[in-house]
Amino acid sequence: MRAALFVTCVNDALYPRTGVAVVRLLERLGVDVDFPAAQSCCGQPQYNTGYRYESEPLLRRTARAFAGYPYVVAPSGSCVAMIREHYPRIGARAAAEGRGNELADLAAGLVPRVYELTEFLVDVLGVTDVGAYFPHTVTYHPSCHGLRALGLGDRPRRLLAAVRGLDLIELPGAEECCGFGGTFAVKNPDVSAAMGADKVRAARATGAEVLCGADNSCLAHLDGTLRRAGAPLRTLHIAEILASTDEAATTTEGKHPR
Amino acid sequence: MTATHLGMPAFPAAAREAVRDDVLRANLRRATHTIRDKRARAVSELADWDRLRAAGKAVKDHTLRHLDHYLLRLEAAVTAAGGTVHWAADAAEANRIVTALVLATGEREVVKVKSMATQEIGLNEALEAAGIAAYETDLAELIVQMGHDRPSHILVPAIHLNRAEIREVFRTEMGRWGRPAPDGLGDDPRELAEAARLHLREKFLHAKVAVSGANFMVAETGTMVVFESEGNGRMCLTLPETLISVVGIEKVVPTFRDLEIFLQTLPRSSTAERMNPYTTMWTGLGPSKGADGDGPAAFHLVLLDNGRTDTLADEVGRQALRCIRCSACLNVCPVYERAGGHAYGSVYPGPIGAILSPQLRGTDEEIDASLPYASTLCGACYEVCPVAIDIPEVLLHLRERVAQGGPATREGIRVRIRPARGHTAERAALRAARLLLERPGALRAGERLLSRARRLRPRRLPGPGRAWTDSRELPRPPREPFRDWWARERGGRA
Amino acid sequence: MSGRDRVLGRIRRALGEQGAGEGGIGRAPGEPGAGEGGIPRDYLRVHGDRTPAESADLLAANLAEYRAKVHRTDEDGLAPLLAALLAERGARTVLVPPGLPPSWLDAAQAVRVEDRAGSTPYALDAVDSVVTGCALAVAETGTIVLDGGPDQGRRRITLIPDHHICVVRVPDQLVDSVPQALERLDPTRPLTWISGPSATSDIELDRVEGVHGPRTLEVVLINPPAQ
Repeated sequence: MRAALFVTCVNDALYPRTGVAVVRLLERLGVDVDFPAAQSCCGQPQYNTGYRYESEPLLRRTARAFAGYPYVVAPSGSCVAMIREHYPRIGARAAAEGRGNELADLAAGLVPRVYELTEFLVDVLGVTDVGAYFPHTVTYHPSCHGLRALGLGDRPRRLLAAVRGLDLIELPGAEECCGFGGTFAVKNPDVSAAMGADKVRAARATGAEVLCGADNSCLAHLDGTLRRAGAPLRTLHIAEILASTDEAATTTEGKHPR
Repeated sequence: MTATHLGMPAFPAAAREAVRDDVLRANLRRATHTIRDKRARAVSELADWDRLRAAGKAVKDHTLRHLDHYLLRLEAAVTAAGGTVHWAADAAEANRIVTALVLATGEREVVKVKSMATQEIGLNEALEAAGIAAYETDLAELIVQMGHDRPSHILVPAIHLNRAEIREVFRTEMGRWGRPAPDGLGDDPRELAEAARLHLREKFLHAKVAVSGANFMVAETGTMVVFESEGNGRMCLTLPETLISVVGIEKVVPTFRDLEIFLQTLPRSSTAERMNPYTTMWTGLGPSKGADGDGPAAFHLVLLDNGRTDTLADEVGRQALRCIRCSACLNVCPVYERAGGHAYGSVYPGPIGAILSPQLRGTDEEIDASLPYASTLCGACYEVCPVAIDIPEVLLHLRERVAQGGPATREGIRVRIRPARGHTAERAALRAARLLLERPGALRAGERLLSRARRLRPRRLPGPGRAWTDSRELPRPPREPFRDWWARERGGRA
Repeated sequence: MSGRDRVLGRIRRALGEQGAGEGGIGRAPGEPGAGEGGIPRDYLRVHGDRTPAESADLLAANLAEYRAKVHRTDEDGLAPLLAALLAERGARTVLVPPGLPPSWLDAAQAVRVEDRAGSTPYALDAVDSVVTGCALAVAETGTIVLDGGPDQGRRRITLIPDHHICVVRVPDQLVDSVPQALERLDPTRPLTWISGPSATSDIELDRVEGVHGPRTLEVVLINPPAQ
């Protein structure tokens, strides 16, 4: 099976370990992974801040970069939601403004092939036990776009629960937003920080070693909040836990390569 | 809309104050979490909730698509049943109509049932200017009125106050409005409710004129519907001789049968009850046209536009007019929970306010231009909305209007909104980011530069970056971007 | 231009070619044959399948959950029960709607006060209790509905006294659901839906019973004579 990795701009620039983990995980499961170098950003920062026109060239670029691949897999519920929910709207609006159907057609061609990582694992590959080993206590924060826009449901929890050695602790108030919200984090910093502090408090109270998520942008906000507080709790993307095996274990010490 | 809240600071600044107020934070957290869990339980009792939600949405959409038709039918039915219908294009016109109606009765006092529409138009202030005293009779409205405060929630306007603060308002202010609070008043909600009962009873028993809103108006029959809990609504709707109802034009539904949907979805969404204690339905002056002494002898309905037709003209934004004012979206909103209702600078706070106020009032004022950004787009509001208003979609649509400009309708006239001031730097930054992201070569160079600068690791950024680093560490840049790893490790293969 | 013309004009411009009033596609929605504009009515008419006895039990349970006091009796037991309830309350006076069956209060000690069109709110405020029938009751929501019928009287008589006893005949006056209730009600009559005594959630969103309406609601369910 052939699939293209849409690593997303945040992971490319700041969290390459997540991208590497997705590649190793999918290859271990027999997927032939490719990384089309023409990809960049889905355009969500522009679109969500009110600059729809600025997001259009990025829609075009993303759709073209992934043309021809039967599956496109991204380790970000937020970016997949941008494509699935908003690309068709951007296309429809452009058409309504008399600018033709190009964007709508590109969106329609891309949307059915795009999967968030845990969706791809559970729905397409049909696996919940990916053969991972991660001997740590973990609590999981389901980011809002994955939870509500994509309806990921219990897929991430099922995948984590099947990891050997992993002790999954429920996060109280898990469905509440962490307060990142893209440019919200800097446009409304006080509310964003207050939400982040509450989320972090709930996560620390579980006593888990690792706060796991499926969106590194939310985790950047939570990790930054935790580190400012000097808390020992580490954040990790779910891909890095699922990629971890006896032979190549992901550590909870220091998330980034030194 | 009224100028009451204008001149408010933009949302982020107002929210900053609220976030730092520990008492307010605790009050809001407690109240919203209590009702949140109860609502979820009440809704889960109905196996057909999603179908009721879809039907409610469809009824409202259908009505809005034929709004002129249904309003004319409503007018005919109310008139045939002995009522009088007035039309008000804006707040000033509505206030003029109501003031004249009250003055014509010869009375100088009115009792009021909680109504968002009359707050929206600033009716109490307009009446006061004409020498008419308006007494709020809903418990929370009474607290807000006596405390010289502003409402902070659609259903529970005094949600920002706890029981001890409410006791203080009653102890110090109640005597100035009539019967004072009993000596030694405690802060048990039962005692506080009892104090309000005693204080208001006198007003109800001698009131000659009442002003209300309505939750629904039925076009085919002319029936008005008011949902309430305390009985103050029944007092105002049935005892006075003259009843004046000020109702937004979007509150009309086609048929009496349509109420079967909203009688099931509204109570569960708002107070998390299977049914609220009292719902009153009346049609004009009733079968005897007021001769049986059951209810008022005169009924006036004031149909209010005040920005609603401008909202209707927007194909994306018009879904906000489906709102039945249940306030479920406020109760689940993580931003509302921290910022409180006052930060929204409008009688409509929370997620629904963030999409209603900038449409009813326009986006010229700083507060209104900041409201579409007062959300993380987490989607909890959309999930609980009993008429399926896609609030995140409308927020994005309004952000576009603010940031990028575009067509809108103001007071019935099509205009082109120019991009809001204060977004210039942001616009330039997002454009620059897009240009970079469009060119993978340049992007790669930028990512490498970031990796090379990783040793710097500043704790605080200057300028706009401070908004992040004031409360959070920056992510640590990696040694190399993913695309370099790929080129090295897998590049030969492709 | 009048406010009416201005508002209607704005609506028609806002709806553009979709406008209903002036020759648009939906010129007469709701008119015979015009359909309902695609409103899906696939929601349930009733939630669950119940025998009449189970419906009565559900009504009683739901009323009780909202702090109404529920009593069960039969035709013969009604007058003694009402007398006992009024006595227990210490009611010296009881308001009576014009069409209340006189036999209901045969055994009651309290002085009957008849409601007259001229009875002022102050006069009604001086009465201790009120006894009425109802138009119907809704089991799923624990609601009684009054429609101003002869055994219920004017809306104010069930509002001002602090103690309301409402008699419901089961199964005749009992429906299971809100949709079934609306089918049986006449919208031209003044309708009051009552679900428990008056209450408020205005302090910390916590429900407490008893504000302006009757603080005590007692509902008497009369069963038909045993077969």
